[in-house]
Amino acid sequence: MTSLFTNLFDGVAYGMLLFVLACGLAVTLGLMNFVNLAHGAFAMTGGYICAVLVNRLGWPFFAGLPLAFVGSALIGVVLERALYRHLYSRSHLDQVLFSIGLVFMSVAAVDYVMGSSRVFIKIPQALEGQIDFFGVGIGRYRLMIIVICGLLTAGLQLVLARTRFGSRLRAAVDDPRAASGLGINVPQVFAFTFAFGCGLAGLGGALSAEILGLDPYFPLKFMIYFLIVVTVGGSSSITGPFLASLLLGIGDVAGKYYVPKLGPFVIYTIMIVILIWRPSGLFGRSAAR
Amino acid sequence: MTAQADVGYHARAHARWHWGEIAFWICALACAFLFPSRYLIMTDVVRLALFALSLDLILGYAGIVSLGHAAFFGAGAYCAGLLALHGVVTEPVIALILSGLAAMALGFVTSFLVIRGVDLTRLMVTLGIALLLEALAERFSDITGGTDGLQGIEMAPILGLFAFDMFGKVGFFYCLAVLFLLFLLARRIVHSPFGLSLRAIRNNPLRAAAIGIPVNRRLIAIYAVAAFYAGIAGALFTQSTQLASLDVFSFERSADLMLVLVIGGTGYLYGGLIGAVVFRMLQEVFSTITPQYWQFWIGLVLVVIVLVGRQRLHRWVLWAPNLVLRQFAGRKADLVIPEGDAP
Repeated sequence: MTSLFTNLFDGVAYGMLLFVLACGLAVTLGLMNFVNLAHGAFAMTGGYICAVLVNRLGWPFFAGLPLAFVGSALIGVVLERALYRHLYSRSHLDQVLFSIGLVFMSVAAVDYVMGSSRVFIKIPQALEGQIDFFGVGIGRYRLMIIVICGLLTAGLQLVLARTRFGSRLRAAVDDPRAASGLGINVPQVFAFTFAFGCGLAGLGGALSAEILGLDPYFPLKFMIYFLIVVTVGGSSSITGPFLASLLLGIGDVAGKYYVPKLGPFVIYTIMIVILIWRPSGLFGRSAAR
Repeated sequence: MTAQADVGYHARAHARWHWGEIAFWICALACAFLFPSRYLIMTDVVRLALFALSLDLILGYAGIVSLGHAAFFGAGAYCAGLLALHGVVTEPVIALILSGLAAMALGFVTSFLVIRGVDLTRLMVTLGIALLLEALAERFSDITGGTDGLQGIEMAPILGLFAFDMFGKVGFFYCLAVLFLLFLLARRIVHSPFGLSLRAIRNNPLRAAAIGIPVNRRLIAIYAVAAFYAGIAGALFTQSTQLASLDVFSFERSADLMLVLVIGGTGYLYGGLIGAVVFRMLQEVFSTITPQYWQFWIGLVLVVIVLVGRQRLHRWVLWAPNLVLRQFAGRKADLVIPEGDAP
């Protein structure tokens, strides 16, 4: 019974992490309709920035996290202005090829600079170990992830639903032409959103080094997970991807624990079935855009 | 001239053998005699070319974007490996056809999943199927050998006459012969009314349906045919390297394949063949510069190709040959790569 709760807890933490990693992709892929397979590369960048700061320069872990965000966001905005924006109107095939190219480059570049072995980020003593909560073992690190990611999610929802920027973004996504006619600077909104998504991915990458493992092949290994979150979750709001990542996290942890023989088989099957059943995602709008 | 006769006339004109094509195949055969020390890498190019031809059939002609074409390659590879390893069918050619048919069956079954939905769903589903097969192959390691792969495959002589030799000479001619035969078949397919209807579907599925083309049935058919080709390519891989390992399903294989086709251009069959040659040469060059990090340069090539634009790039490449051609045959003889894989 307790193992059930521990698994559930781990699954939720995992899912929250996936959401932070993938929600930038939910915007680029779901809202801006750009197939960015290189999203994981930004997460990896954040992870490595944090690792270098904490392990080599001796910064505290909690100072490394914001810098992972800022670093990835900066790289994101530079790439968006320099490369990505030329491809918004291209075919999906071009976008796929372009972002695969970026993934290959990032994998080889990180391998060259940082080596191919797995990197660990030193976490503070206070986050190690477990808390015993009514007989259920709860990892402190995972608890922290749930808190941070929960706050981020709530913040994102508020920003999207309540602020001026949020309504600008929604307008720009719904109809870029009409939005720019109303005086909204659409490219700027997209660039900012893209950078913010990359930053979140970087933060997620830094947080996930402990759980998912950080090595140069991170973008390839987890690409499918990010895509699952977005395609299964749909693109109408961020609630869809959020629920999808929770489902994926819990399903993956439970699958690995209870039916280890089947491994990732469960996740892929579920994804294919859902996509066949509802091509625009579980929580998506019915019409494909 | 009526519209129908007009279409027929142009279709037949396109289907005729161009002298350039004949020259291409003579060159391919000449390579076998010019570089006798490089059979292994040339065999690799031929296999890759066949695999790329398979993707061209669905991407260039039917407009289906697939990120998991390695699924069929892997299915063919394991099928050929298992047939040879357990001595079920020892004759390579029959085993080859059986492996192709196995991949085709897989393609037929999965095509129902793929034809549904838009580009993005297709990307995800094809990718998912390849990953699924990889996970399965890893799980059932008692059959597939797991991460070690199938080892100790012994190939019987081809048709009972030609035994595979150490230098890969027989393997190369075998692969080249298979490629040529399948190329002829593909050429026949794409220039048939069936192939023309596929192009109509690629250009506009809705309009194609409106003029009475059974869109889904055609897509299923071509998807299964492409799976057959990929399965044959995979089986050739196993037969000529005598090895089948998990990486036959890998995502990198599908991604590299896309690059091959993008280098060569889609929708005129030779794209995959030319792309395979160029890709392998690039890979050789990059590996001699930086042995471990050649992927970086491959990625850079992809990014540059997309940013420059595929059509513009192909125009640049054809600029010099066209200049020469114009001297002899006037403006009409210009080589043009038909582009039309935009969904």
